[in-house]
Amino acid sequence: MKLNGGQALIKSLEMEGVEVMFGLPGGAILPVYDPIIDSPIRHILVRHEQGAGHMAEGYAHATGRPGVAMVTSGPGATNIVTPLADAMMDSIPMVVITGQVPSAAIGTDAFQECDIIGVTRSVTKHNELITSAQDIPRVIHEAFHIATTGRPGPVLVDIPKDIVDPNNPNSAMDWYWPDSVDLPGYKPTVKGHPRMIREAAKLILEAQRPVIYAGGGILKARAAEALRELAELTGISVVTTLMARGAFPDSHPLCLGMPGMHGNYTAITSMQQSDLLIALGSRFDDRVTGKVGAFAPGAKIIHVDVDPAELGKVRRADVPIVGDCKAVIEELISEVRELGAQPDRAAWDAQLKQWQAQFPLHYDQGWNEGDALKPQFCIEMLRDNSPEDTIVVSGVGQHQMWSSQFWRFNHPYTWVNSGGLGTMGFAVPAAIGAKVGMPGRTVWAIDGDGCFQMTAQELVTASAERIPVKVAILNNAYLGMVRQWQELFYEERYSEVYLSPDLPDYKMWAEAMGCVGLRVEHPDEVVPAIEKANSVDDRPVVIDFRVDWTEKVYPMVAAGTSNDNVILGPEMGEGGH
Amino acid sequence: MPDTAAAGASRSSRHHILTVLVENKAGVLARVSSLFARRGFNIYSLAVAPTDDERFSRITIVVDVESSPLEQVTKQLFKLINVVKISELDPADAVEREMMMITVNAEPGTRGQVIELVDVFQGRIVDVGHDQLTVELAGPPSKLDDFEDLMRAFGIGALQRTGRVALPKLERTVTRLRSLGKVG
Repeated sequence: MKLNGGQALIKSLEMEGVEVMFGLPGGAILPVYDPIIDSPIRHILVRHEQGAGHMAEGYAHATGRPGVAMVTSGPGATNIVTPLADAMMDSIPMVVITGQVPSAAIGTDAFQECDIIGVTRSVTKHNELITSAQDIPRVIHEAFHIATTGRPGPVLVDIPKDIVDPNNPNSAMDWYWPDSVDLPGYKPTVKGHPRMIREAAKLILEAQRPVIYAGGGILKARAAEALRELAELTGISVVTTLMARGAFPDSHPLCLGMPGMHGNYTAITSMQQSDLLIALGSRFDDRVTGKVGAFAPGAKIIHVDVDPAELGKVRRADVPIVGDCKAVIEELISEVRELGAQPDRAAWDAQLKQWQAQFPLHYDQGWNEGDALKPQFCIEMLRDNSPEDTIVVSGVGQHQMWSSQFWRFNHPYTWVNSGGLGTMGFAVPAAIGAKVGMPGRTVWAIDGDGCFQMTAQELVTASAERIPVKVAILNNAYLGMVRQWQELFYEERYSEVYLSPDLPDYKMWAEAMGCVGLRVEHPDEVVPAIEKANSVDDRPVVIDFRVDWTEKVYPMVAAGTSNDNVILGPEMGEGGH
Repeated sequence: MPDTAAAGASRSSRHHILTVLVENKAGVLARVSSLFARRGFNIYSLAVAPTDDERFSRITIVVDVESSPLEQVTKQLFKLINVVKISELDPADAVEREMMMITVNAEPGTRGQVIELVDVFQGRIVDVGHDQLTVELAGPPSKLDDFEDLMRAFGIGALQRTGRVALPKLERTVTRLRSLGKVG
């Protein structure tokens, strides 16, 4: 069958099972947009290419399937660099297709030319410039294979215009579909090393104060069930990092919640005092460890990761295991079963319970006239008045930390956020992508006012495409997390952090974008507004929550300090032991 | 991570030789070298050429760093899709060779001395001018260093070195050959 390159590209995406893609056309990618008219693939036309990238990420987060975005050359391509970097940091499977100027024009500084392969080399798992139309099916098949296997990540495919343009003889190709990939340098390890598995099982049985340190890799490996089985079999408590919220149910008695810079006291301290950390798909990120030299000083480390480069990168592992989290946990479970009974850890478990009772998360919502609305209260009310399997999507900053702290995540793939890169503006487009992937679920974006202003235009996309996401703006009129640091570490010198509560007018802005706009200023208006929002199902809803600008995120471990120094907050002082 | 690049490209024993088997594709060298740059490592020398199998090229990289950060770079390097195999060679267990071309001042009064030294070092004169000679010399990098030092006295007009290539020594090498091969 003779096809042109553009047809071959769209057909290749169909062969990969792509149902939806996010993008925005332009000169160099025009010929690929033509066959979309005849394709069953749904294309969602974004308002800015960054939106396309984050939507693809949100879609991948929520569904586990690779997100696909397509943009044109030059500025279209550079606009999607941030989502690529974001997906790289958070191991999100994503395939991005960029148009490129015709082969003969490459290197001539042609109109809308950019060396996007060079630009994105360090923010993609792999990228490739296709040089012949005949290579299109092979390269697309490889791109999806690389994006979705091993440690998932973004792959960029750059396509010169001449090989997709039917008016150019370079675009002629004979259609085929490869039944395998030939990548001699790419063979991810799945199964753990049996000797290492045995060593790990022995350490688990010897440990008096073990903690499972579950990271985003659990979700990537679809290993939440296996994790639960391991925890219940061993009776070992689990901390879930920012990227692993929902990987282990918050309602489970063994769940300790989020560790790290804004983690809860028990999660942080359990790791500090543990004698064995079982790191599963986690990477000892600086936001988790605090000062590395003072992190969990008495703990032996079992470290399971599909990426060998993570083992020993930050902390030397006593038992390093390269492999897929699900496969390794299952192997570990049978090994632990074989070795016999767990030791009595009643004293440790009692200690954990005591910390939980003594140092809970804390805030005060006042109900007197003039009492400011607390952002944590808004989140709790959202949580309590939305379906239990609601997908929560956040931007980056205070609202993100409060969402992670105060929502109760009892199902995997219900929490979508930008963890590694910390991309402000992630929430709105990622929520749209998540809703497209999971149309039957309620999707709440919990956003900050600073974040919202970065990508709000994608609500136009959502309205036009009838994607009824809901957005809660915790509007404190500041770049709140920056303001918090300036208050605590820069002598309250508030440099360039004030935004405004009402410029823009978020309600009017939402309405201008085809959404329902609501505003909440008092605690007693919170629940009615949420109920109203949850009843709207034909368009997006935005609630502008005017919250207390003085509220700070606690607990907090100051950057670069030891996790022994948890600052609990103004009312509760500093936690000690 | 310590700024190991600042230690400079000394010819001390701290150097490590990596031989990296890569797919013979456009842009692979850029991927490899930019990864070193991102981690703040200075590449001391680098040589790249096709192997006996035309699908693959071999890159020989000499870096001057401590071994622990190097392990991290090696692992990161191995994540590149086009990198097939990485071997780290201990200089003591490898045969290293390098080639140099050098243009030396050789006026009638000193020409005899220069030619004598070229002979001693088993170099070859590949071009002759009125008052300069261009010499080709191949051998272990230290021999090239010595020759370069000696020629300095006469005045060096131009000098180019290829960067070293290396293969493991035969028979007694395997113990220190750290191979991370995915194939073969």
